[in-house]
Amino acid sequence: MVPWFACSAAIMFVAGLYISFFVAPTDVQQSEAYRIMFIHVPVSILSMFIYLVMAGYAALGLIFNTRLSSMMASALAPTGALLAFLSLWTGALWGKPMWGAWWVWDARLTSELILLFLYLGFIALHASIDDPRRADRASALLAILGSVNVPIIYFSVQWWNTLHQGASVKLTGTSMHVAMQQGMYTMMLAVWLYAITISLIRVRSIILERESKAQWVSELMEIKR
Amino acid sequence: MNKLSLIGLLSIMIRRDLVLAMRRRADVVTTLIFFVIVVSLFPLGVGPEADMLRNMAPGVIWVAALLASMLSLGRLFSADHLDGTLEQMLLVPQSLSVLVLAKILAHWMVSGLPLVIMAPVLGLQFDMTAQSIGVLIIALLLGTPTLSMIGAVGAALTLGLRGGGALVSLLVLPLCIPVLIFGAGAVEAVISGTSVSSHLSLLGALLVMALAFTPWVTALALRISME
Amino acid sequence: MNWGEFFAMNGYAWYVWGSFGMALLIFIVEMVMVRHRRTVILQQLRLTSNAEDL
Repeated sequence: MVPWFACSAAIMFVAGLYISFFVAPTDVQQSEAYRIMFIHVPVSILSMFIYLVMAGYAALGLIFNTRLSSMMASALAPTGALLAFLSLWTGALWGKPMWGAWWVWDARLTSELILLFLYLGFIALHASIDDPRRADRASALLAILGSVNVPIIYFSVQWWNTLHQGASVKLTGTSMHVAMQQGMYTMMLAVWLYAITISLIRVRSIILERESKAQWVSELMEIKR
Repeated sequence: MNKLSLIGLLSIMIRRDLVLAMRRRADVVTTLIFFVIVVSLFPLGVGPEADMLRNMAPGVIWVAALLASMLSLGRLFSADHLDGTLEQMLLVPQSLSVLVLAKILAHWMVSGLPLVIMAPVLGLQFDMTAQSIGVLIIALLLGTPTLSMIGAVGAALTLGLRGGGALVSLLVLPLCIPVLIFGAGAVEAVISGTSVSSHLSLLGALLVMALAFTPWVTALALRISME
Repeated sequence: MNWGEFFAMNGYAWYVWGSFGMALLIFIVEMVMVRHRRTVILQQLRLTSNAEDL
């Protein structure tokens, strides 16, 4: 299944990049800098969505004691953390020319940063527990706790921000050109497929690490040789 | 063996933990001194202008309280874990959540309450008005138990791990942000003359939510860590 | 539109290529890491299975 997702991800990336750089017209207000949107928006949405999927898998693993879903959760975490970082990075590079600042204490930016911290906490907790079953269950609890907290954090930061009368951050031009929409959806699909591919590959390694004593592992083609 | 009521169990546990804490008074005092030192370092770092300090005070005191409560989290379960008491607690017929709640309350009394009592003195250091000091105390009273409860989950998850202290902070600090925002916000509202009650009621709501869920989650985390 | 103009991005070259470049870098680094992890575990398994055969 991995080659299929990998190939379609690659095709979508090429198509998405083509649309975002050659087909989509230059924006009136933001000139060429708006093209950062084509990577920033998919990456941000995916980083949040992956956290939910990860927490869902972790909850399944915790409640029904299914090992595969816990492994899936721990395979998703590094990808999610990297996407969250990428979202902050591209956001900063977009914010500098548009708002004149690398960073503003806006609700969305702050929650994205906290999301990154939650990912890092999950990974750190999982890595510091030696027994894989205990690691799965402890970090599952943390992931669920985090997913409950994310909306609370979002609203509290938003509220705090309006109280401070911070920089009002709004995207100009909600009505997007058709080619822009197409480009964004294609890129979104590409990042989506990429995340699926990379976490499937990672979960295969995790399965091999965990099940190294099982009979079927020693009968694998790659190992026999 | 006669059955204990939940309230009886709660009070016995709290009394036991308080007695244990009083036997090792140095731990309590260390947390308090840490709090005072961190707060006192800020004026030295940013300069002594009274206006700026007055505006900064709520944030500084809250962040210092947050860090101080992180400092003492490691001791919440580790001593009982080392001498085997915790394993016995898991076997108690009554709900483990109640025991956990008792431990959290006792922990707050020895590490959170002294901070609340100390805060007005530090507020004077920052030239805060009497009214804002009053609000600061109420906000700390509502907020620090929530910090202890969220911290207890982290402490239970990292029980017996190497590098536990830093790990607890990494796990718990992001989750404490709402408390920090509303706690410092309440005092800032007094300074800027807007309504305080909304901040305080949100802090109260967070406290009630934490009170309802965290003992149960902590108990679950303890079972995971101890199996 | 010629290539020089395209890469200049109307003065925003640094920002646009900075974001896309970092994205590319992260994706490549992640792929290398994942592949490395897989080769390591496969090698380990191969070594243990060889040791058991002896």
